[in-house]
Amino acid sequence: MRELFDRFGAGLGALFAALVAVWLAGLVLAPNLMMIDFALRPNLPPSALGGPEDGWTMGNIAYLAGEPVHRAIFFKTVWASALVTALTFVVCYPLAFWLAQRASPNQVALAILALTIPFWINEVLRTLAWYIILAYRGPLNEALMGLGLLSAPVRWFGDGGVLAGMVYAYILFMLFPIYNAIESLEKAQIEAARDLGASTARIHARIVIPHAKAGVATGCVFTFMLAAGSYVAPSLLGSPGSRWFTEIIYNWFFEGGDWNRGAAYALVLLVLCLAVVLLTLKLFRVNLADVAK
Amino acid sequence: MSQSVALIDVGMTFGAARAVGGVSFTVPGGEFFSILGPSGCGKTTILRMIAGFLEPTEGRVEIGGRDMAGLGPNQRPTAMIFQSLALFPLMSVRDNIAFGLEARGVDRKTRRAKADALLALIALEGYGERMPGELSGGQRQRVAIARALAVEPEVLLLDEPLSALDLKLRQHMRAELRALQRRTGVTFIYITHDQSEALAMSDRVAVMSAGVLQQVATPEALYANPATPFVAGFVGENNAFQGVVVDMGEGMAALDTRAGRLTGRAGPGLARGAMATLYVRPEALSADPGRRDADGNAVRATVERLDFEGAFALLHARREDGAPLVVSTPGARLAETPQPGAAALFGFSARDAVALPGAPDHA
Amino acid sequence: MRAALIPRALFALYLLAFFVYLFAPLAIMGAATFNDSRFPTVTPWRGTTLKWFEELWADRAMWRSLGTSMIVAAGVVAVALPAGTAAALVLTSLNARARGFLYALMVSPLLTPGVVIGIATLVLWRQLGVGGGVVLIVLAQSSFVIAYVMLMVAARLQRFDRAQEEAALGLGASKFMVFRRVLLPFLRPALIAAGFIAFLQSVENYNTTLFVRGLDTPLTVYIATKVRTGLTPAVNALGLILIVATVLGAAAFEVARRRRARNEG
Repeated sequence: MRELFDRFGAGLGALFAALVAVWLAGLVLAPNLMMIDFALRPNLPPSALGGPEDGWTMGNIAYLAGEPVHRAIFFKTVWASALVTALTFVVCYPLAFWLAQRASPNQVALAILALTIPFWINEVLRTLAWYIILAYRGPLNEALMGLGLLSAPVRWFGDGGVLAGMVYAYILFMLFPIYNAIESLEKAQIEAARDLGASTARIHARIVIPHAKAGVATGCVFTFMLAAGSYVAPSLLGSPGSRWFTEIIYNWFFEGGDWNRGAAYALVLLVLCLAVVLLTLKLFRVNLADVAK
Repeated sequence: MSQSVALIDVGMTFGAARAVGGVSFTVPGGEFFSILGPSGCGKTTILRMIAGFLEPTEGRVEIGGRDMAGLGPNQRPTAMIFQSLALFPLMSVRDNIAFGLEARGVDRKTRRAKADALLALIALEGYGERMPGELSGGQRQRVAIARALAVEPEVLLLDEPLSALDLKLRQHMRAELRALQRRTGVTFIYITHDQSEALAMSDRVAVMSAGVLQQVATPEALYANPATPFVAGFVGENNAFQGVVVDMGEGMAALDTRAGRLTGRAGPGLARGAMATLYVRPEALSADPGRRDADGNAVRATVERLDFEGAFALLHARREDGAPLVVSTPGARLAETPQPGAAALFGFSARDAVALPGAPDHA
Repeated sequence: MRAALIPRALFALYLLAFFVYLFAPLAIMGAATFNDSRFPTVTPWRGTTLKWFEELWADRAMWRSLGTSMIVAAGVVAVALPAGTAAALVLTSLNARARGFLYALMVSPLLTPGVVIGIATLVLWRQLGVGGGVVLIVLAQSSFVIAYVMLMVAARLQRFDRAQEEAALGLGASKFMVFRRVLLPFLRPALIAAGFIAFLQSVENYNTTLFVRGLDTPLTVYIATKVRTGLTPAVNALGLILIVATVLGAAAFEVARRRRARNEG
């Protein structure tokens, strides 16, 4: 800390320190601490505040564990997010590999430009685009029927639609970390392996992926977190049978009127994401410093 | 007349490491003073203590007789030229030069005029609007100097400013810096690891090794009368004969070495019976019997290799005790020198040799 | 070589499918803007028209929400640039251990789901008596936008030669002058880029904004509501305009960045 004041003088140094303190304490720590506090308190009318019932309890979380519908939705969200992560990985990996090792610099520049454009557009609009495509009488059904692959239109909204929309939304978050990681692998290693007679599958499994594991871990973690915490895609592209955990949270706040319970559910979501982060880091044997954006 | 700089018993300890210890010297105002030593010897640390970027952990720094303790670099009458020059890349050459004046609140018109005058001094008129990135290495050097001179410092501190330049430019800049110092009369404190540079430019040189001040003297004195084994080995080339002092008197000393009994001038700290080393410069040795001294200083060695370098030739020979012997002889006398493979007797005058206590310093 | 042809053809197919998957939705959304069909679609095509643009232009709620988004974004940029810069500068001044810890704390909002940030902010300020609205949106979005600014400024800061600061001090400049005349101009490109990114992040945010908006309606919320309650291709028109504006903006940004990189050498 002394170096801060040595370098910038007392006035500027204090200003910088204050700004950082306000940000971290006021905008990062305090809200999260308050949310935890809310999560652990029951929802009391103003008259009962400060009374005997006003204390910390696991009641709200227990409710989630006990309520079959919400519990099912929670696990469904986890499972579906994992599925989205896996799918996105499968979709992105070949392209990431090709960009990192095979493509010419021009192709790379062009591809990255092409990839970034959809992501400059906000997710609501992107999801709207899928909403149009997946409509019952929309272009996808018409195209598939025209090609003879379908005899009658399919109701895409629901699990399928949400999946398609989410994979679409999170491609870039999976692609770039993996691309960056594979790029640092020297081409000669792959050539050496091929020279020794290794099959393509083995090369990827034993050389490329282990080298890129920090990137794969980053990509998977981000995708899972974004999927689990996603709101737009499930609400626009989903059906009553494919509700998402975030929607329940929203309802607790703005329809059920129980902010405490909503906070508790949000806390559960946060803990879930944290657990996934730590688990992935441990599984891939990567440490936090490597997960640099 | 520019101010003097004095270091009184200065020491600097970083954590557990003692970078510099017990350093004292005084630079009178207007002198070109160099601090010479290999990397890691502490010369940069000393310069930064004079500039005010470091506070000594022991001793004090005085400029113009005033104790500089507690004064930051922007409060001292010094200006520093960094090894990397550190020109401000986003400011024009003129704005770079005028920066110090801007810091003092000088108005724009006066600043411009002064900067232009300095541009003329460094022969870069018309370059005011250029950006540092557009200039060559030598030009950037000169802008860095002009920038420092603009604040009219009492002491100019130069941190190996020529090390990044190529040979030709370096030699040109040496002459320019010397001339500039004479012209402005500013006290220059110049640090370098290149001893020929220090010897060529300075009024006096301080030689440092491993944080300890070895000797402060004029270049000629350093060369002829090294005070410590390190100086003897670092400044110029020297042949070293290790032995024991058997006789001393009238400022001379005789050593019993493996190459025989040799005599030379007695350096400081010699004691009869103690281990000492005799240092003889290559140009003091000669194979010509007619030029050998009545003292009988002679060393037998076998010539291994002859390097003809034009103005002089370097003979690399091997002594009887296995150590190398380097002899320098004028190029014109090449025909008279022993050829590779021949064994010869090389003599030198006792006046040309210096005996110092201890073993040679190979640091 | 022949054996590699099949995977090569397969890969080409994969690339094609990938980029079709990427662009088809946007293309269709754009095309649907011109279809004279109340429900946005391209099948069936009922005739080409520009009337949805007119409907968009006349939609006062849309303009209001656009204004709200602009105000919020301006607020976020005003908060995030100084705070993010301060954060980057503070980080460089710490020892390794403190730096690691603080860095993790600063980056944590980026790893937190947007809804959680929104909820946490809402809940905290409710206790302090402040309800949802523009101010709360700025506060909630700032918590992670500042982190983005910090990362961008820190990256630029890494390339700074500290000797310049020392040179300036040695020439007699006060520490404030050194900051103002030497460091800040160096950071300028990063600050401009960060401001741009901060603005975009704010305008396009939905998850967090949804919880803290109170009765105010930024653009993203407006679009989402319209989709559910009164979807017409006017929304597509808005989307198309935003896409074109973003692409042009990104192109201009890229050109400017290339030019600056060339000048700086």
